[in-house]
Amino acid sequence: MMAFLTALALGAGYNTALVTIGAAILGGSAGAIGTFVLLRKRSLVSDAVSHGTLPGLALAFILMALLTGDGRNIVALMVGAAFSAALGLFCVEWITRRTRLTEDAAIGAVLSVFFGFGIVLLTVIQSLQTGGQAGIAGYLLGSTAGMLRSEAETIAVAALATGAAIFVLRRPFTLVCFDEGYAATRGIDVRLTDLAMMGVLLAVTVIGLKVAGLVLIVALTIIPPVTARFWTDRPERMVLIAAAFGAAAGYVGAAISASDRGLPTGAVIVLTAAAFFAVSLVLSPVRGLMSGLATRLRFQRRVHERQGLLALARGEAIYDPLTIKVLRRAGHIRADGVATLEGRAAAAAAVREEALWGLYRRLHPDEAGALDHQGLAPIATALPPDVVADLAARLEPADTGVR
Amino acid sequence: MGTDFVVLSLVPLAIGILVCVSCALLGNFLVLRRQSLIGDAVSHVVLPGIVGAFIVTGTVAAGAMLLGAGIAAVLAVLLIEIVRRVGRVEPGAAMGVVFTTFFAAGVLLLEQSDTSSVHLDVEHALYGNLESLIWLAGSAGWAALLDPAALAALPPQLPRLALVTFAVVLFLLVFWKELVIGTFDATFAESVGARPGPVSFALIVMVAVAAVAAFDAVGSIIVIAMFICPPASARLMTDRLVPQLAWSVVFAVVSAIAGYVLAGYGPLWLGAAYSVSAAGMIATVAGLILALACLAGPRRFGTRTAARRRRPPPRRASHHQSSISNSLQV
Repeated sequence: MMAFLTALALGAGYNTALVTIGAAILGGSAGAIGTFVLLRKRSLVSDAVSHGTLPGLALAFILMALLTGDGRNIVALMVGAAFSAALGLFCVEWITRRTRLTEDAAIGAVLSVFFGFGIVLLTVIQSLQTGGQAGIAGYLLGSTAGMLRSEAETIAVAALATGAAIFVLRRPFTLVCFDEGYAATRGIDVRLTDLAMMGVLLAVTVIGLKVAGLVLIVALTIIPPVTARFWTDRPERMVLIAAAFGAAAGYVGAAISASDRGLPTGAVIVLTAAAFFAVSLVLSPVRGLMSGLATRLRFQRRVHERQGLLALARGEAIYDPLTIKVLRRAGHIRADGVATLEGRAAAAAAVREEALWGLYRRLHPDEAGALDHQGLAPIATALPPDVVADLAARLEPADTGVR
Repeated sequence: MGTDFVVLSLVPLAIGILVCVSCALLGNFLVLRRQSLIGDAVSHVVLPGIVGAFIVTGTVAAGAMLLGAGIAAVLAVLLIEIVRRVGRVEPGAAMGVVFTTFFAAGVLLLEQSDTSSVHLDVEHALYGNLESLIWLAGSAGWAALLDPAALAALPPQLPRLALVTFAVVLFLLVFWKELVIGTFDATFAESVGARPGPVSFALIVMVAVAAVAAFDAVGSIIVIAMFICPPASARLMTDRLVPQLAWSVVFAVVSAIAGYVLAGYGPLWLGAAYSVSAAGMIATVAGLILALACLAGPRRFGTRTAARRRRPPPRRASHHQSSISNSLQV
């Protein structure tokens, strides 16, 4: 615990601090670009991109090993990874556009084949008599333990650069995500914007390989945006919230991972992000499970109250226990089920409301269908005053009579 | 050649073929239902189930592992559904959230538990070790195939996979009608009582069963490749379902054999003294077949070009329509 708090406060050595900050910046960039990719409904493309990096990584490693004797040059590995991931991305686009296969099949085919070929190359590397083989295995699941200072600095700077690129391109990205046609009329090249989006995604993936590993980096571009979706309906805020969740997951995850052995960085960061997601899923005020349950209960009570009041107005006996409970609590009936004075007034109002809504539905069925409430809201707040006045004038006095 | 082949290559080849065929058969329906990535997700989510079963039982017994993996797979499918409904996000993103979380949990469990005594690590889970499944009792050559004692010493993965392949074929035969209607027109299937919901859940369960059984022998990467590549290639060859299934089986068998042979002997032919990963090579060959099908498959454009050829040019059609509406306005 102490070690974790030390790492969290960036006190566990310069390298660890640099890795923690680097992971936070990376998580932020990944969350931000992931939001746009999610809104474009292409989340799993990043899975193909991340798996597609493996052959390039392995080839770059072999090439560097043959040229210099040590394959662990992070810049060369990143360039190799970027090249093969770009090739994979191109294959996905090409298969989707030129054949009858759908994008999901293209993604699956590219990720499995590229990864399979990468595994073949990894076994070639194992048979090469060269040092630093452990270096390449770290890219599969991510390892920040023993990361060189130069590597950590490269990752932090590159992650910052992608963050800046996302900031510059946020307007066209948003526009293309929501309305391609409108974006085109505003003079935005949709294809080019898509390409830039995928380019930034690819860059984030490649940079994150060393930290999160190529199997799990995809999580950093998916989980924070989906988490952010629970907290807002506005795209600008969603990008910011996703970036914040991603950065927090990267920061906390890297700190936890640094605090003890046997805590692989990538897995811990992903599980931290997943914990944020689980909390949001349950507690989100807009679409969380709890608020959904509360909304449902509130709605149920209102239906029972309305039906109970209508029954009171008609002088019918009420048997449903929940209805009785709701009416009792609102003070509409006494313990013996007889309506109170307030209850009679409320029942009369409910009858009038019901009659007005019924008339509105009969006169304007299309508009009534478009409203997303079931006539439980007071009609005066749901409709403009002139419409309500018109409805009231059409209503025969007999309909509003109280027994 | 004969004896060596039986001892070293016969069982891996047979296992490779069985895995490829069972996955490819189910994959046809996944590709047609646009659920290709279910295979990807399932093969990731079984990792925590397998590790969890090991931690609970302390052994690598097949039964416990399969049970653990099965539980994890069903749990993941339910969670994906919850995330999709509650979060109202696209299915792909819901899947991405769940399977990466499961896989990360599996990796963490693996690192935290002491699995150094048994052969259980992430690399093994990812790309298996097909080459290690040798049949020492087969040293009598082809005659061993008739010797009950030698047959009893077969690696247990072989009969297990044979059983799974049989179960897959049986599943397709029994639910053929429901699967086909549900795949092409779920609404119609609902209306005629073909129950597309339970049938598609059963399909996913079968996918999980096939993935888990194959996982132990060959790792997850080959499973994902086989769920998608042969059916996708077959889809570019024909418009009809039964021929598509046949093509996919042919492609799967060719990938398995060619991949295994290339992995074992290819480097030797190039003058190197080692062999490369058979699972990786099988996936690579399957990818090459798909690339060829994309470039030259007779149905690669599907019905899109056919429809374009039949329809009159769109501009003239719209012009015609607008002139009618103009005259109506006048």
